[in-house]
Amino acid sequence: MSGFLSGVVGAILEAWDELRIHKVRVLLALIGVAAAVTAITAVTAAVTMLQQAMQEQGERMAGRDTTLVASLWSSSPVPPPAAEIDAAVDSVTERYGITYYSVESWGSLSVRTGGGDQPIEQVQFVDPDYGTILRLDVDGGRWFTEADAQQFAPVLVVNQPFLDAFAGGATVAEHPTVLLGGDTPVTAAVIGTVPVQYPEEGPRALLLFDHALRWAPDSARAEMYRFWVPPANAADLGQVIERDLVAAGFTASVEPPFTDAFLLDSASRWIVLGVGGFALLLGGLGLLNIGLVTVRYRIREIGIRRSFGATGGRVFFGVLMESVVATFVAGVIGVVIAVAVVKNIPVEAVFGTALQDKPPFPLSAALVGMACAIAVGALAGLIPAIYAVRVKVIDAIRY
Amino acid sequence: MTDAATTGTVAEPLAELAPEPPAQLALVDLRGVTRDVVLPDGRKLEILRGVDLTVGPGEHVAVVGRSGTGKSTLLNILGLIDSPTSGEYLLEGTPIGRLRSRARARRRGDDFGFVFQQFNLLQGRTALENVAAPLLYARGRKFWTRTRLAAQMLDRVGLGDRLETMPEKLSGGEQQRVAIARALVRGPRVILADEPTGALDVDTGRAIMDLLDEAATDTGAALVTITHDLAIASRADRQFRLADGVLVPIHLDSPAAVVESAEVPLGGMSPAGAGSAVGQRGAHELEATA
Repeated sequence: MSGFLSGVVGAILEAWDELRIHKVRVLLALIGVAAAVTAITAVTAAVTMLQQAMQEQGERMAGRDTTLVASLWSSSPVPPPAAEIDAAVDSVTERYGITYYSVESWGSLSVRTGGGDQPIEQVQFVDPDYGTILRLDVDGGRWFTEADAQQFAPVLVVNQPFLDAFAGGATVAEHPTVLLGGDTPVTAAVIGTVPVQYPEEGPRALLLFDHALRWAPDSARAEMYRFWVPPANAADLGQVIERDLVAAGFTASVEPPFTDAFLLDSASRWIVLGVGGFALLLGGLGLLNIGLVTVRYRIREIGIRRSFGATGGRVFFGVLMESVVATFVAGVIGVVIAVAVVKNIPVEAVFGTALQDKPPFPLSAALVGMACAIAVGALAGLIPAIYAVRVKVIDAIRY
Repeated sequence: MTDAATTGTVAEPLAELAPEPPAQLALVDLRGVTRDVVLPDGRKLEILRGVDLTVGPGEHVAVVGRSGTGKSTLLNILGLIDSPTSGEYLLEGTPIGRLRSRARARRRGDDFGFVFQQFNLLQGRTALENVAAPLLYARGRKFWTRTRLAAQMLDRVGLGDRLETMPEKLSGGEQQRVAIARALVRGPRVILADEPTGALDVDTGRAIMDLLDEAATDTGAALVTITHDLAIASRADRQFRLADGVLVPIHLDSPAAVVESAEVPLGGMSPAGAGSAVGQRGAHELEATA
């Protein structure tokens, strides 16, 4: 065991020593390998980030990847009160341990101004979990919390056009308030702002569903719910929730979980990796060329080492290790460069959207890069190693 | 005259004059070793013809002969770098011919230290790294303490203050000292020196041989020296002459006598040199460099 260990360590030290002695030559040969590893690793990582960006974009529209959407309606001429539906849904979520769920209802509200009640273009009644389920970003202030629902007076999350139209262009930092119109006018505080979704977007306001039931009961309808369920039993829960809501007296339809419709096509990924792999192949051929030249240059030295007792296997392993150690170092450098590049990618400019959950640099990308580098090193070192072993010791010493 | 005839008629009387090999088990024992190579035109060239040689532990043996007589081939066979075409090579009683190449390489590293005429130091490595290089192929404690061992060995050959010096910055004598330190660092049983003073001036060469003799004596290693130089050869316990592939034992007078008779190299050979076939041939082939 000790002999094996000293043999392996000795071979690696020998290889490292060779690289140290011929560092300029090796460095030139390895630039191509390092660049190729950077390309492969960075592309793999970028693809992962692109997938995340696309997934997040999809989730902003449809909710998290295992979100069930339940549509409810009543067959009776007089629909049950929204509060009754909401209570039934609460019961179902409690039964199945669903942590995140929210009603989503489009309603109407007006703001009382000097010119009378002005309708708000877009009004949504939601629960605090809505922001989590749909990855709703606020660009100022904050999103709703459960504590907000306990307050008597309503609070609003709006967009900037709303503030421009009804709060004199104030920012959320100035704690603006508006007077909601209707039968029971009430002052609502603006606690946060959401980004404008598209150019020319009009005033938009989000109000907690509990506040809507209190201050705009005629407008509040509990017609759609989103449940973010655990991935393990997402498919089963869809049927179970639908069955329970039907049993509670409602007509319900629960849609299956959101699928990977937005994920990057795997073929595109392979094409990108293929280009990186080709670059690595070119780097490997350069290394092979250098390796063959080096072995011829080192024949005498190999002979001397054989006189020290180096076995054929050790010479083979040593020459192979030189190549592998070199490409390993190049791989590490390549991965470090890739990490630096990927970490500093202007995500919003490249992917068109900011990443809410910016994925860490994928370990798989680093491993792929290192594996490619070592594989190229082994392949490029194989032929020189065979050549080195075939050299006759006597001829080598006299070379 | 056939080679067999040469060996039979000349070597036998000379063998009687050669010192008796040590009674203990021979460290190196060549029995009827031959070495042939096939030339590009298909002819067979006989480099060694039925060589018999025994070397005991701690013994100093010199082989003289002019260029192209097979001295280096003999040394390569002794050092397990080359293999005999026929005959038997016993290393401490072990038939080397039965060892596989891996085992031969291990024994080469463990039991032999080489000193070359052109030093053969590894370029780009310091003196210390050169001496430590053979220990990269050792096992156990020798491997893990190689740098310390190499430094100690360089100190022993008088280069303790040149550890980090590159070979090209050293004089020829210093480079050969590094090579000797490298040959000794693994504690070999046999030191094989191929023209160790061939690239050095007379004084430096003498100093190097003093060092080599002393190191071999101190470590108990056998020393086999191949040389053109009769003065160098005369320092050995036993001397042999290699001519036309045949190894013949000879006697050289004291080093002083050889130096004094610089014009007559065979004057140092006794007693069979004069009048014998080998002696006549040797008169033309040997060149006293002293």
